[in-house]
Amino acid sequence: MQTPATITREQCYEQLLLGKTVKSTGWLDTIRVEALARAQALNFPTERHDDWRLTDLSPLFQHAFHPVDSYASVTLEDIDKLLMPDSIRLVFVDGCYTAPLSDLKSAGSGVTVSSLVERVGDTQVEANFAHHAPFEQDAFAALNTRFFEDGAYVHVAGEINTPIHILNIATKREVPSAIYPRCLIVMEANSRATVIEDYAGLGDSPNLSNAVTEVVLKDHAQLYHVRIQREEKSAFNIGHCSVDAAKGSVYTSTALAFGARLSRHELHVTLQGEGAEATLNGLALIGGRQIADTHTQIDHAMPRCKSHQLHKCIADGSAHAIFGGKIMVREGASGTDSEQSSRNLLLSGKAHIDTQPQLEIFNDDVSCKHGATIGQIDADALFFLKSRGLTEERARSLLTHAFAAEIIDKIPVTALVEALGRTILDERMKASV
Amino acid sequence: MINKDSRVVLEVKNLKAEVAGVEILKGVNLTVRAGEVHAIMGVNGSGKSTFSKVLAGHPDYTVTGGSAMFEGKGLFTLEPEARARAGLFLAFQYPVEIPGVSNSALLRLAYNTLQTERGLEELDPLEFDDLVQEKIKVVEMDPSFLSRSVNEGFSGGEKKRNEILQMAILEPKLAILDETDSGLDIDALRIVANGVNSLLSPDNAVVMVTHYQRLLNYIVPDYVHVMSAGRIVRTGGKELALELEARGYDWLKEAA
Repeated sequence: MQTPATITREQCYEQLLLGKTVKSTGWLDTIRVEALARAQALNFPTERHDDWRLTDLSPLFQHAFHPVDSYASVTLEDIDKLLMPDSIRLVFVDGCYTAPLSDLKSAGSGVTVSSLVERVGDTQVEANFAHHAPFEQDAFAALNTRFFEDGAYVHVAGEINTPIHILNIATKREVPSAIYPRCLIVMEANSRATVIEDYAGLGDSPNLSNAVTEVVLKDHAQLYHVRIQREEKSAFNIGHCSVDAAKGSVYTSTALAFGARLSRHELHVTLQGEGAEATLNGLALIGGRQIADTHTQIDHAMPRCKSHQLHKCIADGSAHAIFGGKIMVREGASGTDSEQSSRNLLLSGKAHIDTQPQLEIFNDDVSCKHGATIGQIDADALFFLKSRGLTEERARSLLTHAFAAEIIDKIPVTALVEALGRTILDERMKASV
Repeated sequence: MINKDSRVVLEVKNLKAEVAGVEILKGVNLTVRAGEVHAIMGVNGSGKSTFSKVLAGHPDYTVTGGSAMFEGKGLFTLEPEARARAGLFLAFQYPVEIPGVSNSALLRLAYNTLQTERGLEELDPLEFDDLVQEKIKVVEMDPSFLSRSVNEGFSGGEKKRNEILQMAILEPKLAILDETDSGLDIDALRIVANGVNSLLSPDNAVVMVTHYQRLLNYIVPDYVHVMSAGRIVRTGGKELALELEARGYDWLKEAA
């Protein structure tokens, strides 16, 4: 059941503040109390917030999002298509950790993959939780911190080759629901891992997933971080991820946005140790009336850090894709090497893409390149494919897939690359019929 | 191989075409029968490349007059993909690079599209691989090129060989080779020419568009046509190409 009429922005926010109180004790309770105070003081961002200026949140205000008070029973069969072979798996259904769907058996020594709530007593959890993703000025982060029910906790000391899959599933619910996925990843010195954060739906329903992820890389740690947003078409997904990278650490991210009526992904990376490196690959592939917003920030706080970013948007139908990419080079961050590229593909005359690369440099000794392009399907390539017998639709979907593949192919998990490639090609075929 | 009784594959009558409002083809006539190899020669700007693109259906060119019948069908009522399915093939002068689409995926997609058109079964990846491994020998190409993105990072010669590989897979009734010899060194030229020769049969035909006589040493034409200012101004046998090599094109311009 959907709320029949549009409610006001204020009503929508107030409804979120009526979230379910999740019991916790000690330090976490203190943080939750603070977070509620901040959430009450804040509100949805408006066009006056520079980072949100281009993002039309009004589809959100069609719904009153209720707390999750009951849980659907989900079987492994239900989520079969979302599973990855040979992975360590944590599954959350509507924000609640679901042990029977999870598979933790192959996490070896030095690796902890578990429910966050179960590990609330760990010193690393206490030392890091809510320390990296600030909620003081961010209403969504404050709401998450107040109302999250459980989350994923990944702690890696050592090297692990098996990918860790964190699957967040939003089910089809009676009323639009607010779900608060949470994730904390702590990479100890010299550790190495691959983590896949995955947001998907089971049945279309206008739920709001408001997620917060915190990533800590200690000296020389290496993390490959994949984020897949493949929610159902009327869902909402707002996610914030903060990454703090210490000396010599390497953070590599591939963030994909395919689903949701409206999605926003914020990724803030702070290169806070000398020689830290970040590579951010991003792709939004949307159509219909979808809105997908990606805002990234890479902060070169120390000398000789490197960052490399390639973000692509593909918009069909009357979709709207937004990319805001800020790169900051602090005073004293000499020897900074940064490259940013935003490449965009418009598939329809009604689609809309905004891209805003932004450089803020407070230092002379740096190499920073950035650029943005927006184009349509290459006419020569299209003619070539048609001259080989492919229909216009097939040729266009193949070229669209190829444009997307450059990002997807970077994911170091072959099974996932293949599965995503198939899904996209199928979707494009369907979209073009 | 000339056989006056073989079927007419392509019949072009008084073809006129323009690009961006400029008339390039000013009345081209050409008849190609099964089994024949034609060469169309001419200086840059004579309209020979335009002719090949118009036949394949390039969207930048507008047909303003005349007709072209291909295998008994009016060519200009067909979309480029329908022309390809009817058996027309254009080997591009400048093959496009398509990052992200593997060569083998494209070949299989194109092949299966034709199979469906012909009412035949599609081949699955394994079956198709057997076919392609056989065909790839025609152009002496390393199989590693199959898994690479279409033409991406290929040398000029490799791109042209890739075009001929596509031709080998699609088995067209009429192959138009647009300046296939341009940018090829002598070894690549020999390989490409051998590939084309091995695909010739009494049932199909080839039209080569070229500036130089060189290619014709390897793929021997039955007819040589000279194009100038948008028309075919002279037609002869293969000896005409040698005459052009010796005398240049100017004497024909004057004659036209």
